[in-house]
Amino acid sequence: MIELEQVGYSYGGAELFGDVSLQLAPGSFHFLTGPSGAGKTTFLRLLYGALSPTSGRVRIFDTDLAALDRDGLARMRRRIGVVHQDCQFLDHLPLIDNLALPLTVSGRDVAAEADNLAELMHWVGLSSRAEALPPELSGGERQRAALARAIIMSPDVIIADEPTGNVDWDMSQRLLQLLIELNRMGKTVVMASHDLALIRATKSKIQARVLRISKRRLTTAGADL
Amino acid sequence: MKVTDLRALVLGDAQADRVVPPTGFTARLTLFASGAMAFLAVFAMALSMASGRLATRWSEELARSATVRISAPDDQMAAQTDLTLRLLRQTPGVQSARAFTDEEQAALLLPWFGPDLPIDTLPVPRLIEVIETAEGFDAAGLRLRLQAEVPGAVLDDHTRWRRPLVVAADRLRLLGWISILLIGGAMAAMITLAANSALAANRQVIEVLRLVGAQDGYIARAFVRRFTLRGLIGAAAGVAAGLLGIFFLPSVSDEGGFLTGLGFSGAGWLWPLVIPPLAAVVACLATGFAARRTLRSLS
Ligand SMILES: Nc1ncnc2c1ncn2[C@@H]1O[C@H](COP(=O)(O)OP(=O)(O)OP(=O)(O)O)[C@@H](O)[C@H]1O
Ligand SMILES: [Mg+2]
Repeated sequence: MIELEQVGYSYGGAELFGDVSLQLAPGSFHFLTGPSGAGKTTFLRLLYGALSPTSGRVRIFDTDLAALDRDGLARMRRRIGVVHQDCQFLDHLPLIDNLALPLTVSGRDVAAEADNLAELMHWVGLSSRAEALPPELSGGERQRAALARAIIMSPDVIIADEPTGNVDWDMSQRLLQLLIELNRMGKTVVMASHDLALIRATKSKIQARVLRISKRRLTTAGADL
Repeated sequence: MKVTDLRALVLGDAQADRVVPPTGFTARLTLFASGAMAFLAVFAMALSMASGRLATRWSEELARSATVRISAPDDQMAAQTDLTLRLLRQTPGVQSARAFTDEEQAALLLPWFGPDLPIDTLPVPRLIEVIETAEGFDAAGLRLRLQAEVPGAVLDDHTRWRRPLVVAADRLRLLGWISILLIGGAMAAMITLAANSALAANRQVIEVLRLVGAQDGYIARAFVRRFTLRGLIGAAAGVAAGLLGIFFLPSVSDEGGFLTGLGFSGAGWLWPLVIPPLAAVVACLATGFAARRTLRSLS
């Protein structure tokens, strides 16, 4: 589904990581962890083509990223749901329109998907906040909304960058539960988090691989987690 | 631009229009700029068309004949007329020369003296109509020769002094059209600036749209539609104001009076109506160009 071949990335001169080879199989669940500033966000951005690797190759859905133009990239991105670390929304549009945005920009009939949209909002517990503007939402509400927007197109892959970044333990559990349910539906999930307790608590519920970035290397964490 | 793109641009998509936040200030600036430009364009157009009409009318009059008037005693009239005709036909630049018949002269005088005038009893001068070639003749030289050989003949070429005026009117028309082009260019420049500032102010919006899979065309259209509409509406208002201004110019029917002739006549009033669509096209192209450049630089 997503393949990395000897991928390296550096901003300017300083190399963040190098020689990463990895395959994310369809339906798999991956955690990505590592100290702050290690390059988790950067690594995820490589996975959905927001950045191009400085060395090596990234293949998504059997397509070499380097071979895609901007429009091709945009079409590919509709098959990948992304939860951004700082949950970007259009602040002038009510929540419901923000959640529908992936449908809008891909030319789908939003009215025809109204039921889906309502169901999704209910699922993330935001039904009563449909008309609120994003700046009026709490941190947790924003993160749930970001997750809802990421999956409205029922993408094959969900990439979530610290989706539990600024919520309490219970809310983290709930958000993670949403991701686990999606994974059970067959979606490939990659989630970055520095919350090791959360990851440990999840390992019992699901078959997940834990990747760790530190000291410019990507390793698979084992029992030492 | 594909047909579907054009369709989407014209018909729009209420949802798509909302993805870019409203920008009150740039919106008002764009409306004002395109309105002002359209207003100026109306006057430039009026200037062009008025000078065009003037040039046409004057050059038509020029193309008409000059006349030679012969005043002589009755017994010498025929001889002098013959002599003058012969002389004229030898003059380079004269295409033809023809004496008016008595009936034609009577017809010319009719409006002035009425039908009862016994014209043959009066010492009416004989008129000779001279048609010039395109190059024209040398009036001063002809006048001298006439003076020397036919004392009673006077060359009357009152329309010739207008020749430089025709050139001036033509030049004025050209300047009018150049002004319209410059106004269009200035409008394109202003809209490009406004669009660039709107695009820069909405970097975050563009990033979000990209994140959820919007293609460049979609993002660009959201901006282009906006500026095109503003260009169209602003220009329509400007044209309306300009036309009103011209409509209420005092009209004194002073023949050749250039100031009072400034304006449109007949179907000419329809010409300014092409300004708003043209402004829309200019706005559309300018914004499209600015948007594509910004989107390229943001990738
Ligand atoms: N656009 C950029 N230009 C230059 N350096 C950058 C840029 N983005 C990130 N960096 C640097 O790259 C490093 C990795 O950033 P990244 O955001 O990937 O870290 P992270 O692991 O996601 O951190 P966190 O856990 O705090 O989110 C950081 O040192 C950061 O300062
Ligand atoms: Mg990060």
